[in-house]
Amino acid sequence: MTKFIGKRLVNVVITLFIASIIIFTLTEVMPGDVAQMILGQYATPESLEALRAQLGLDKSPVLRYRDWIWGVMHGDLGTSLSMKGVSISNLLIRRGRNSLFLAVCATVFLVPLSLVLGVIAGLREGSWLDHIISTSSLIALSMPSFISGTFLMLIFAVWLKIVPAMSSIEPGANLFSVFPRLILPIVTVSLVLLGYVARMVRASVIDASHSDYARTAVLKGLPRLKVVWHILRNALMPTVTVIAMNLGWLIGGLVIVETLFAFPGLGRLVYVAIQRQDIPMIQASVLLTSAVYLLLNLASDIIYTFLDPRIRY
Amino acid sequence: MGLLVRKVKNLFNVLKRLSNSSLGMIGMTIITLWIVVALLGPIIAPYAPTAYHPQDRFNPPSWKYPFGTDRFGRDMFSRVILGSRSVLILASSATALSLVLGSSIGLITGFLGGIVDEAVMRFMDILMSFPALLFAMLILGIFGPSSFGVITVIGLVYAPRIARVARSAVLEVKQKEFIEAAKVRGESKLYIMFVELLPNIWGPLGVEASVRFGYAIFLSASLGFLGLGVQPPTPDWGLLMKEAQSYISWAPWMAIFPALAIASLVVAVNFLADAIRKYEAGEL
Repeated sequence: MTKFIGKRLVNVVITLFIASIIIFTLTEVMPGDVAQMILGQYATPESLEALRAQLGLDKSPVLRYRDWIWGVMHGDLGTSLSMKGVSISNLLIRRGRNSLFLAVCATVFLVPLSLVLGVIAGLREGSWLDHIISTSSLIALSMPSFISGTFLMLIFAVWLKIVPAMSSIEPGANLFSVFPRLILPIVTVSLVLLGYVARMVRASVIDASHSDYARTAVLKGLPRLKVVWHILRNALMPTVTVIAMNLGWLIGGLVIVETLFAFPGLGRLVYVAIQRQDIPMIQASVLLTSAVYLLLNLASDIIYTFLDPRIRY
Repeated sequence: MGLLVRKVKNLFNVLKRLSNSSLGMIGMTIITLWIVVALLGPIIAPYAPTAYHPQDRFNPPSWKYPFGTDRFGRDMFSRVILGSRSVLILASSATALSLVLGSSIGLITGFLGGIVDEAVMRFMDILMSFPALLFAMLILGIFGPSSFGVITVIGLVYAPRIARVARSAVLEVKQKEFIEAAKVRGESKLYIMFVELLPNIWGPLGVEASVRFGYAIFLSASLGFLGLGVQPPTPDWGLLMKEAQSYISWAPWMAIFPALAIASLVVAVNFLADAIRKYEAGEL
């Protein structure tokens, strides 16, 4: 087990290393001159030259990559170009915390709900309730977040006026105290996974109830509740992996949802950095999100091996 | 001629089986409808999608402008109608690209096996370990947003996933006797891959392609919404949604109609894809 985790960790590190090279190379070929961007149109050639030297832009790409990755390993991600002088590490921590709050709330909301829906649909296979749940979860999972978010916004914020349409919050505000503003983004970012997990749970419940052990349990006259317990124990195991594996999806979903609702999170930071061509910020935020994504995948693998004693590495 | 008749009959049979799924039929109808709308676009649209009507800015839906107008007084109905073109073209080209790339990679690595297979699949794993949207945003942000960029990037993002499906299908078919027979006959590797193997993995590839088409619409619309896809003033559903955001509370029609358009198309594609999956699994 330890060996397996160790091996997978090494894998993650290698993948991240390759990712850092890809990200650096891509931002390297980005058109536009950083020094010109900072100093503006009317800078003199001398001052441009001086700034390039100060930023280390006159060094070779290999040396600059080394400096960058050295900084990353020591927690120094440099300063933002578009927000003058702001330390990227601090910004990432602040925004990351906001996004994490959103992601945790979404998980707490969607996991129990999708389990319940999936189990009900699976145990009542073919009934009208099953049709309603299956069809609406298919609709939920196929809808891009900015569409479902817009519908929710129009209904609950513009029409019914129960919650505000925008989720912008002041820096340093307590997220719990502004919770009503976060309801729409939380529900929106959950919807795709909610539909997906519900369908997965339904399918594995159906699989389990058609299995030999379930039939034996019914035939030997076990009460319905005990049969259901047998089915659920076996059906829910693969679901845990499905959930863990797809939590990474939340990262992509957060970019859209945070942009739609103007929520100051990591996803919107990536978007703004790309829009403003803020190279150090792009490098840091993309690398961080990739790392989170990879670690989530690793976590799902480890959980899977813990849950299923048949799998041994 | 006989072959053609048989192929048509075959297709007819598949459609008949698919019609057992009512959701699949709903999906197919809506998709056909949007394709017709896209083809007839300029005939249906009452105005040019980029024509300004400065005296009619932010008009709510009326007989003159069925879906209302935007901040330049452009007719939203015409913009939604012609916006169907970009989403259909982008998503289908991207799916086609990823299908060609992915199935070639899957065929070659699955058939050859060995170290090439191992190396290529490891690389695919690495590519797949990044969130698709993030990767697409990074590439388009760097090389500049364009329709061509959207097609390429979505094609590249989904190719490894299709390669995976193609490869595992190949590994199964490879064991069959007719492949042995072809080897004994002395057919070239290329012949075996593309003439013997490929026709036998259409099933799983078709299922995967239909699912990917849904994702491609999802992703291209999302990129359009972020302003990284089709550029203004060309109408594109994702872009229309982006333009509507700032006016959502007092010109909601600018958002409602493009949103309904995208929703109907993605849901239709997923209904159809689900029916195709059930058909392949023998549930229909």
